[in-house]
Amino acid sequence: MKTVTLTIDGRTVQAREGEKLLWAALENGIYIPNLCAIPGVKHPAAACRLCFVEIRGYPRPVTACTEPVVEGMVVSTRSPRVDRLVHTAFELLLSNHHLDCASCPRNRSCELQRIARERRFPLRVKRLRKLERNLQVDDSSPVVRYDPGKCVLCGRCVWVCREKGTGVLGFAGRGFERRIATFGDVPLGQSGCNGCGECTRVCPVGALTGKEA
Amino acid sequence: MHLTEEEKRVALEQTGNILENYSRERGNLIPILQQVQEKLGYVPLVAMEEVARHLGIPAVDVYSVATFYNQFRLIPPGKHQIKVCMGTACHMKGGNIILDCWKRRLGIDVNQVTPDREFSLERVACVGCCTMAPVTVIDEEVHGKVTPTRVDGLLFSFGVKILKGQQKEGEAVEEQ
Repeated sequence: MKTVTLTIDGRTVQAREGEKLLWAALENGIYIPNLCAIPGVKHPAAACRLCFVEIRGYPRPVTACTEPVVEGMVVSTRSPRVDRLVHTAFELLLSNHHLDCASCPRNRSCELQRIARERRFPLRVKRLRKLERNLQVDDSSPVVRYDPGKCVLCGRCVWVCREKGTGVLGFAGRGFERRIATFGDVPLGQSGCNGCGECTRVCPVGALTGKEA
Repeated sequence: MHLTEEEKRVALEQTGNILENYSRERGNLIPILQQVQEKLGYVPLVAMEEVARHLGIPAVDVYSVATFYNQFRLIPPGKHQIKVCMGTACHMKGGNIILDCWKRRLGIDVNQVTPDREFSLERVACVGCCTMAPVTVIDEEVHGKVTPTRVDGLLFSFGVKILKGQQKEGEAVEEQ
């Protein structure tokens, strides 16, 4: 495997040729916010819009999860433009997120909290109106608790359910109605879910959580 | 919304016929769903499962596509289809109030059908007669300048009686 050398935030790092920039940075201990990225996936969804970086010679910021590393690349994970893009994307995610950290099972292990900490974003919505959806928690499965109000639609659970589970999860609806659902929107307990719990391990937030934990 | 055994049988039979004309490529998904809707007037879950099996994809993927596009309806249409215009002009003229009226009177939400299958409710974009806003189209007939009282009047013309003094918010229609 050929390796390439690039510079991220002034640090020289090695990465495998063809690898996406996001993974090269994360493996070298340089944090770039991300939610929808899944290691090894060929065509990243690039849906969360949080992994923007500046690359020297590029006219505008690009998503690190879709950008392959190139020899001699000079990357900066922070810039006023990047911060602005990421902050807006983050605030949009929060605008329909049921913020209930104090009683959330993922409190202190939540990716949103981590991003807020790393980038010094407040964990509240300032510029946008909050979208209250009052969605029902699905408590029907013996092992998984699904709270759609906390879902960030990253798609990790859909992917892992197909890789390791029974493939009952998918996206449904469009726009504000977009949601993670089972066939016919039946509760998880009746969906043919085998309760492997893989989705609770990949969920970056408190949307899919294990019951015993 | 529960389908009768007869409806399920017809749906499966028709879907089977349609699938015979399509190869097992994922790219055929939308044309198949369109054909099913053309034949049945809607795309029932049983048909989606059948399509998923034919194409070798998870059933939830078919559901995903069918719920993404407005063109697919998942429940059988009512005997009378009520379409409330939500175009720009109707929106400005209080189309949402009219829609709420229909919802309250019929006791159903948008894209649903009353339990007796008499009425189904939909929201549509512009129907092209903005001077008459707010507009409701029932079956093929256009009704302009609709008011909440007009909603009751229209329902009355279909033989639905709303008892005086018993009209509460969220109350289902009393049918005689």
